[in-house]
Amino acid sequence: MASRKETGSSSNTGMSSTSGTLDSPVKQIQIEGLVVLKIIKHYQEEGQGSEVVQGVLLGLVVDDRLEITNCFPFPQHTEDDADFDEVQYQMEMMRSLRHVNIDHLHVGWYQSTLYGSFVSRALLDSQFSYQHAIEESVVLIYDPIKTSQGSLSLKAYRLTPKLMEICKEKDFTPEGLKKANIGFEHMFEEVPIVIKNSHLINVLMWELEDKSTVSDKHELLNLSSSNHLEKSLQLLMDRVDDMSQEIVKYNTYSRNLSKQQQQKHQYLQRRQQENAQRQTRGEASLPEEDITKMFKPPQPPPRMDTLLIAGQINNYCQNVKEFTSQNLGKLFMAEALQGHN
Amino acid sequence: FSSLFHHCLSLYHPSISDSYERRNEGASRVIGTILGTIDKHSIEVTNCFSVPHNESEDEVAVDMEFAKNMYELHKRVSPTEVIVGWYATGFDITEHSVLIHEYYSREATNPIHLTVDTALQSGKMNIRAYVSAQMGVPGKTVGVMFTPLSVKYVYYDTERIGVDLLQRIRLATNRTKGLTSDLSQVGGAAARVQDMLATVLAYIEDVLSGKVTADNSVGRFLMDLVNKVPTISAEDFENMLNSNINDLLMVTYLSNLTQAQIALNEKLLLL
Repeated sequence: MASRKETGSSSNTGMSSTSGTLDSPVKQIQIEGLVVLKIIKHYQEEGQGSEVVQGVLLGLVVDDRLEITNCFPFPQHTEDDADFDEVQYQMEMMRSLRHVNIDHLHVGWYQSTLYGSFVSRALLDSQFSYQHAIEESVVLIYDPIKTSQGSLSLKAYRLTPKLMEICKEKDFTPEGLKKANIGFEHMFEEVPIVIKNSHLINVLMWELEDKSTVSDKHELLNLSSSNHLEKSLQLLMDRVDDMSQEIVKYNTYSRNLSKQQQQKHQYLQRRQQENAQRQTRGEASLPEEDITKMFKPPQPPPRMDTLLIAGQINNYCQNVKEFTSQNLGKLFMAEALQGHN
Repeated sequence: FSSLFHHCLSLYHPSISDSYERRNEGASRVIGTILGTIDKHSIEVTNCFSVPHNESEDEVAVDMEFAKNMYELHKRVSPTEVIVGWYATGFDITEHSVLIHEYYSREATNPIHLTVDTALQSGKMNIRAYVSAQMGVPGKTVGVMFTPLSVKYVYYDTERIGVDLLQRIRLATNRTKGLTSDLSQVGGAAARVQDMLATVLAYIEDVLSGKVTADNSVGRFLMDLVNKVPTISAEDFENMLNSNINDLLMVTYLSNLTQAQIALNEKLLLL
């Protein structure tokens, strides 16, 4: 335990010195079983009605691994002075945990999601501020619906360095994004997760296996899929609608831009003609007026939302495909079962 | 209280073990508060946190301020939880436990005391629960006796899945395991069912060959099992199967199409 404290403090100093580099220092995430169960429990208790439950991850960094050893949940934003409560709450929690020798190093945060819809502006902003402050931080996305279907769905994401740069400069125009050459696939990078238990907890698990009944629910082999599929597709359709709206906006913008170009061109031509005529008549030519003031360029629409929507759609599609492939497998198994009757 | 449910056991027992592992040098055991909800005759334990304390031969000091603070913080997140008792690692109940128990009886009516044997004194990690009862001659020396309670473990569904995952990790070498995805999960679940079927089949073989006497209740369960496979005419089944497969294939096709569309959109924009 003493050695763990040392690595904790040394990694603290280590992290503050490497906050300048933008490489991805985290190749793997190691989570303790305790954290997994705490996240599951938190959603179970709080998240039945509302959308998301959030909390903070604590741990330390070892080589290129991020070890998450504990976590605590955030209360919901029900009161008016939510901001003050949050910071205060966090500080107090960390202080208290330090007393009992729990790693109090902030390494990320977690959030629950419904059907995979988590790619939003809020998430981006939060993760950006986290990653800016702490280099190795990640966001854990827990999908309770998928988990209740039979297998734990926990993913860890970080923002790619390219996206970090863009967020820093807050340059969301099309030109800015083109410069950085970002597509929706390069927004988040997923970090592989490994779950680890200490020996003592393994002993505990042996105990539990003796005492508890065999789980009689095999949700993973459930054949009914239409409910989940419908909801996923509904969300997908909404997103696609949003996307088409954004595209329409962009199209009108580019149309306006080209119209304006044409107008500018015409104006210049007329000017030149007039100037030519005046010269032939021997008069002074008209002064060159500032064109840019006359033709104000239209505002380019911010592309960040479009990027997020595209990323979200991509995520939905991935989830749907995974779901359908699983179901196809199950259907074929059912066919085999029936074939013997 | 006649019985005690350990709800969310899987959550807080690793928490207790974890606090034990992180204890200060020289401390032999760890204590903490347990939170939960109280029903008529049973208590559900849902959460816990450890409390720093110092223990020596003569005296014991518990950081009560800390305990109160932590409880307030926890209450903000889950307002339904109340302090239902306290836990301690270790095998026996010492005299100090009585003092600590007294403190907790100020916080909660009739608190429970939980012992988790992390030092594995009896070869296993025993988890026991007690409630205090007065004993002795009233008016004269009064003592406190700890009477044991029955403990049952209850899980949520999703939690069950988490616990199963941890169980599997325990069997893996190196105590680590990644998360699987896609068809491998379905394969895993099917393999588990297959294992169970193999066990059942072995039992039936034994009964048939006379090695084991037949048990009627088990026989009835087996009949239920066999009858659960629904008998549908082959045609109907074909139709159902085909329509389901068609739905899934269509959805896959549509999602692939959407992905191609947005990828194309990106490429066009970045021209």
